[in-house]
Order: sequence, then structure tokens, then C-alpha cells
Amino acid sequence: MKRVYVNEEWCLGCHLCEFNCAFANSGLSDMVLALKGKPIFPRIHVEEGEKITYAVSCRHCEDPMCVKSCIAGAITKEEDGVVRIDSDKCVGCYTCILVCPYGALAPGETGAMQKCELCLENSCGAPACAAGCPNNAIVYEDRSPKTSLTDDAAGPACF
Amino acid sequence: MEQYVIIGNGVATVGCIEGIRSVDKESPITVVSGENHKVYGRPLISYYLQGKTDLERMKYRPDDYYDKNGVNLLLGKTAVSVDTTAAGCVVLDDGTKLPYTKLCVATGSSPFVPPFENLESVKEKYSFMTLDDSLALEKALFPEAKVLIVGAGLIGLKCAEGIADRVASVTVCDLADRVLSSILDTECAALMQRHLEKNGMTFLLGDSVARFESNKAFMKSGAEVDFDVLVLAVGVRANIGLVKDAGGETDRGIIVEDDMSTTLPGIYAAGDCAQGPDLSIGAKRVLAILPNAYMQGHTAGVNMAGGEASLKNAIPMNSIGFFGLHAMTAGSYEGDLYEEKTEDSIKRLFTKDDVLKGYILIGRNERAGIYTSMIREKTPISSVNFDILKKAATTVGFDADARKKKFASQV
Repeated sequence: MKRVYVNEEWCLGCHLCEFNCAFANSGLSDMVLALKGKPIFPRIHVEEGEKITYAVSCRHCEDPMCVKSCIAGAITKEEDGVVRIDSDKCVGCYTCILVCPYGALAPGETGAMQKCELCLENSCGAPACAAGCPNNAIVYEDRSPKTSLTDDAAGPACF
Repeated sequence: MEQYVIIGNGVATVGCIEGIRSVDKESPITVVSGENHKVYGRPLISYYLQGKTDLERMKYRPDDYYDKNGVNLLLGKTAVSVDTTAAGCVVLDDGTKLPYTKLCVATGSSPFVPPFENLESVKEKYSFMTLDDSLALEKALFPEAKVLIVGAGLIGLKCAEGIADRVASVTVCDLADRVLSSILDTECAALMQRHLEKNGMTFLLGDSVARFESNKAFMKSGAEVDFDVLVLAVGVRANIGLVKDAGGETDRGIIVEDDMSTTLPGIYAAGDCAQGPDLSIGAKRVLAILPNAYMQGHTAGVNMAGGEASLKNAIPMNSIGFFGLHAMTAGSYEGDLYEEKTEDSIKRLFTKDDVLKGYILIGRNERAGIYTSMIREKTPISSVNFDILKKAATTVGFDADARKKKFASQV
């Protein structure tokens, strides 16, 4: 399956992915209305070290700890390989935060957990972070060991 | 063709079903459970009382889950014995004999009630383990009610939080000198206790009930507590009887290897009833936590179906929040301490022999799973930048190869 991967050597740490993510998941059609002057709750965030930056979002693990650990059965991995959260079932116990090795989950505005779901359900249809990354530091592609690495990096344009 | 039987219908059983079905899509599975409910998230029973979930949303799997997985579900039936003498069968309370080729015992645990003097004089007394317990307790609650909870552990305190807005007062007593004594040290427990007190809870710690007199508890300290409703959350005991009676090795739980096999051929155990390897202490221990129940169940299921799986990195780990303050704990608290404290948060990391052994995080626990994975994977501290990592759970502290593996390849 296609997932979000990062090339940390190309990341400038501009945080645009965070804004694109928050906007894509806002349900609004105007970026300024959606984000300006408000706390934003992106599902991707930029890790910043002394000389390195890169964006971290859900890895959609083959064997996800969060799915096995969710006390509400609110996190599932479907046939398509995408790990999703049913925010209606989430009670905010934070057990997924306790177990995710990548630190890829955090509470959203409502208190329910949220994480990257690859923008498949929102109006983008493919990860807005990758589509909007000016440097290809975030790509959306299939790197499954069994599949040949074809050049399908860019998802459909969203902006 | 195998004939799978699973006793119990909690999360370990779901793990077991899914483990079996990852290998064997055909053979029939029978699940027997005394509870008259399809599987629900058991820790949600306090969130139910709190109004954060409801009976529909508590369902751990969809209604058609059993049918879709070829599971014959027998609810309201209790397994009374396991006959290992011949072909192997489980005997139910109604006399039914269920033949099995592979059996998983996932019977969970039961509340342990010490012999309090004159407990029988108390009319409104409840345990807090099952959905039925929660529904029964709910019926007994009323806005003017004074509630006494015996036990300031995970179960007692989640119950306290769950009912706080539905009653007049909640008093919690415990023989231990602190709250959450199984997972928090004295200072961390004090922080959590202050927070609980700010939210209206009253505590009587280092104290226990000497005797009851209908609606009054006489404490050993001499204190007297009037109550309308009593909740007994002293502790739990693993349900090991079926395996013990059949001659299998048991201790506090049913002894299992890392493939979840018991000492009886063809019989596996998983979840709160099982005592399996705990990486953090290098010995077998009952790890009565939900993630472990699922993972043990899944491991058992894969092996029952002829696949190969083992659970080698189970550790104790908990995430528990009260009134917005979350405590996360993992591993064992031994070795050198790194600590950060503020008025309303504590971070304690324990390192020893070049690995992170355990942690306690209260208040600030963003991305704690990065620490948890270091414990589970025994990541050498010398291989990471621990000066960065100890201050914040961030993957920046890992070396370039590790980062590449995590974020530039499939995991």
C-alpha cells in the first residue's frame, strides 16, 4: 500500500505540512478561515533536532500496537491496510499514546485521539502533507518490500 | 480440521479468534462465556457511568463479528471443568460437553473480597469488574448518595471518577498508604491524590474497614464512614480453577510459556488469567492489562492454528487518567533516575545496564510510546542521544539509520 514517507535530508522544517494537514481535515474550503488565529491540531508534526528536521505521521504499521491496545476497539486496520480511529468510540484513555513507538497520535480539538488517515476520507483524497511539500521531503508511495519501487510519489494535486 | 474452543469472551478471546483466523480460516471456533454480552471494552465500564460512552459504542467488535469469523458463541454458559483424559472436552454447567482439539482458557479474573466483619449487613454493595456490575451500580446511584469505595487502585479510582458527577460524595479507602499503589511511588501518588481531592474525592489511606453496620463502616483507625452505596474494589484474582483442577501448573495465574501454551497438551491460556513472561523483570507475572490480553490471545491463537508466534516483550504498562490528569507508567522502576517536576507534573525515567527500564509520567505524557518502545525493544541507551530523549520523547534522539528505518521504510 501507499504510505507517507519522509526524506529528512530535503526537509527545511517549514511546517507547511502541519498547516496543510490541519486544513485538509478541517472540512472548510478557505484555509485562512480554517487556520488563522486558531490553535491547530495537525496529524503530522515536524521533528526538530539540532541539524535535522522531518515530519512524523502515522506509519500505518503492518502490526500496529495501537490497534491491539485500544481499550474501546476504536482503532482498526482495515483490509486496505489503513489504520483508522473511530472518534465516536474513543474515550480518550491515551493508551494509544502509551504504545505508539512513533509518537504519531495526539488528542484533537474534541479530546478524541486523532492521527493521520492519509486524507482518504477528506476532500483531498490523498495526503495533503505530501502534495503540498515544496521539496518532496514528504512523499506518498508504495515501499512495501514485495512491490517494485515505481515512481508514483506524487498523489493527486490538492492545491 | 481443528476444533477450537475458547473459554471467556473478553479481549484475549478476540485476540485469539483473530490469531486463529490469520492462519486457519476454516475450522470451527466455539466461544463460551458466562457473561450475557458480546465482547465489550471492559475498561469502559467507568466511562459508561461517566457518560463518555454508551452500550452501543462500548462494543469492542461489530455485532456481526462472530458470524463473520465462523464463531459459535455460547453466552450465559459457564465452563465447569476440562476433561483432558481422552480426546479432550470442556464440560459446561448445563452438562454439555464441548469437544476440542485446541483450547484457549481466557477466563479473566474475579473480584477478591476479603472477609470483612458483618459485610452481609450492607444491602447496597457492588463489585466493579463487568458491564453487569456497572449497570447494577448505576441503578443504585442517586444524586444525594454517599458512596464508599474500598480500594484506591485502578478499578476503585476509575469507578470513583465515573460516578463523581452522579452522587453527592465519594470516599475512597485503602489499606495502602497511597493511591494507585501498584503503579505509582509515594510522591507520584501524592500528586495524583491532590488532583483527585481537588475534584471532590475524599481519601482514607493506610486504613481499612474493621466492620460494617448496615450503612456505616467502622475503620481500624477509629473513623466512621456513613454511606448509601458500597463499592468493593480491593483487588482481583485470576480465574485459574479450570486449568488447576485439570492438573495444569498454576501460581497466581495459569503458567504459560511465551507461546501461551500451558503445561497441559493442546491447552493455551491468555489474558488476565495467565501468568506469562514479563520482560521487565525476567520472570513470569500476571500482567492484567488490556493490550497484553489482546497480544497473548493473538499469540495463543496463531499457535493453536499451527502457526508460530511468541510474545517475548510483554511489560507492565498503563495509561490511566482522572479528571483530565493522565498518568502513564511502564516497565520497572529500578536503576538511575532522571527526573523533571513541576507543580502538576512529574516525569521519572529509570535507566540501568544501558537500557531504559521504566518510567512514570504524570501530566506530561505526549508521545510516551517512544519511551515504551525503548523498554520493549531494549534499545541501548548508548545507541541514542539520551540527553535529547530524556527531556522529550522525540524520535530525533535516534540515530540516522534508526530514523530511516522508522520513517523512510515500511514498518
